[in-house]
Amino acid sequence: MDDSRRNLITAGGLLAALLAAGSRAAELAQPAAPAWNQAAFAAKTVADCLKTLGVTASQEGAELDLTAPEIAEDGAVVPVVVQCRLAGVREIHILVDKNPFSLAASFFFSDGTDPFVSTRIKMNETSSVVALAITDRQAYLARRPIKVTIGGCGG
Amino acid sequence: MADPMKLRASMHVDRVEVKILMAHPEESGFRKGPDGSTVPAHFISNVTVQHAGREVLRAQWGPAISKNPFLQFAFRGAARGDELTVTWIDNLGETRTDRVTVA
Repeated sequence: MDDSRRNLITAGGLLAALLAAGSRAAELAQPAAPAWNQAAFAAKTVADCLKTLGVTASQEGAELDLTAPEIAEDGAVVPVVVQCRLAGVREIHILVDKNPFSLAASFFFSDGTDPFVSTRIKMNETSSVVALAITDRQAYLARRPIKVTIGGCGG
Repeated sequence: MADPMKLRASMHVDRVEVKILMAHPEESGFRKGPDGSTVPAHFISNVTVQHAGREVLRAQWGPAISKNPFLQFAFRGAARGDELTVTWIDNLGETRTDRVTVA
């Protein structure tokens, strides 16, 4: 076997390796879309949404604080703060009773992250906002009615 | 490319308070445009915050988050000078990542 042929074979092998590496790099550059709970976000009532989140029983108590204005002049921007005094909170969800789709946001906490979140949501009309905190063992609900002067979904 | 996020991370004893303001239209998919046709939904669907390669907060959002979303949370286990990475992705596949140093 002469040298030039051996070089060609080596080069071919190298090229194949490079191509393989290239396609792998392309795969890495295009990560799979992150998880999004389609069923929960498509639920049209709070009860249905709780079902899709796997919550069958929940208790209302003082451990979960939901802070929001009593009257929101602009339904497009309603500040909501959810704070939980329990240990081991894994998830906090924010739902709006009379929005076209109930679930507004879901937050997932790591160890060391406070069970607290502050954000701003849209409300279509006067209704209840529901905060749901899920620990390893139990689900907790807090409800608060909010009057909306101008709806914030359509218009 | 979407505008950069406004990020602030400040140390309070052993907790880092993180405030995030994202630039995004957050179209609900219910609003009608000037020509009377419905403006298609365009909203941030996922947010992640990472510290030192570890995910500290993950969120899934629907279209009911207000325009130019605001998010505040707090976590433990970081020190001044550490870097946080915040990434969002929307329902049309647009994404944006910004970094902030804990002050």
